[in-house]
Amino acid sequence: MSTTATAVGVSSKRGIWGGGNEPLKASYGKLMMWFFLLSDIFTFAAFLITYAAIRVSYPAYTGSADNFVGSNEYWPIPELVFEAIPFVHGLHAPLVFVGIMTFILILSSVTMVLAVEAGHRNDRNDVVKWMLWTILGGATFLSCQAWEWGHFIHGTDSGTVLTYVNSLNQLVTETVFGANMYVNEYGPAPFAQLFFFITGFHGFHVTLGVALLFMVFYQAAVGTYEERGHYEMVEKIGLYWHFVDLVWVFVFTFFYLI
Amino acid sequence: MSLQENKSALEVLPRDEAKIKKIWKTAFILLAITAVEFLLAFTMDRGLFLYFIFIALTIWKAKYIMMEFMHLGEEAKPLFYSIIVPLIFLVWLVIALVKEGTEIFIMRW
Repeated sequence: MSTTATAVGVSSKRGIWGGGNEPLKASYGKLMMWFFLLSDIFTFAAFLITYAAIRVSYPAYTGSADNFVGSNEYWPIPELVFEAIPFVHGLHAPLVFVGIMTFILILSSVTMVLAVEAGHRNDRNDVVKWMLWTILGGATFLSCQAWEWGHFIHGTDSGTVLTYVNSLNQLVTETVFGANMYVNEYGPAPFAQLFFFITGFHGFHVTLGVALLFMVFYQAAVGTYEERGHYEMVEKIGLYWHFVDLVWVFVFTFFYLI
Repeated sequence: MSLQENKSALEVLPRDEAKIKKIWKTAFILLAITAVEFLLAFTMDRGLFLYFIFIALTIWKAKYIMMEFMHLGEEAKPLFYSIIVPLIFLVWLVIALVKEGTEIFIMRW
């Protein structure tokens, strides 16, 4: 952390270009985490901007929201696609479930920053406590996403009648339920493809994150960091976890709101 | 340094209540912005103006997460700029790909 990381100052004998300086005043691990996150920002940004590009290449749905039906002729209104909540079948509750997921992920980011704050104070008990809450938040978010995917894949009761080219390269007209990589009842094929890729790639990050959070929780609990003399690992994994939250904020806006 | 010395060197500091209060305040702001976005999605007509508001609010939230949660503002200035400045390239990517998508739209329909 800052006290140990800034111990190496500018050596007056060797001058500023003689090496041994820390111009960025951060440890190696923290720096590399930041640069990894920068590269990951570009990856996710490329995904989301691709979504925008493909979306504007299709006509938008122009009718009233009440009469909305899915079609591969135009891009759907996302809030009318993501409108289900668990345990209540057939209820029209647009965006409620995604909103809850966003709240859960932001709250887990809050408990993470509280764990980082506890790490600065070398407070093992607080670190362990807040890490547990963060793991709980992450796992809850993942379960919600699993349900969301399940619902998206299985679809609604009525489905949609579509004319499309199926995986055997035949033009067919049939009722489509749910979504796969070839066809979906909500909109053009790329709509489901992008949903799977973007939320899937984010979900993969969350899964990795929960594994890393557990590692930090375990190592903090058994006293690894106390022996090491600092809790910087909490901070580094914390950066990653906040990034996952940051990406979700953008996914929420560009995929669900707009 | 032996392990024993290390252990005694790690002194548990008291909670910094002001800092913790600030964290919860940031959390409240983030949740409030999300709630506002949620409300706007149902009260305003869809269109470019609403999308503009959504994107502005999202970038505002991103700023809070990066500055308050990831402490980017407290890092050394060269580190801060080496993370923020490369993001300028994304502006070009947005312009290029949205233009591309529009052209495909014109060709198809």
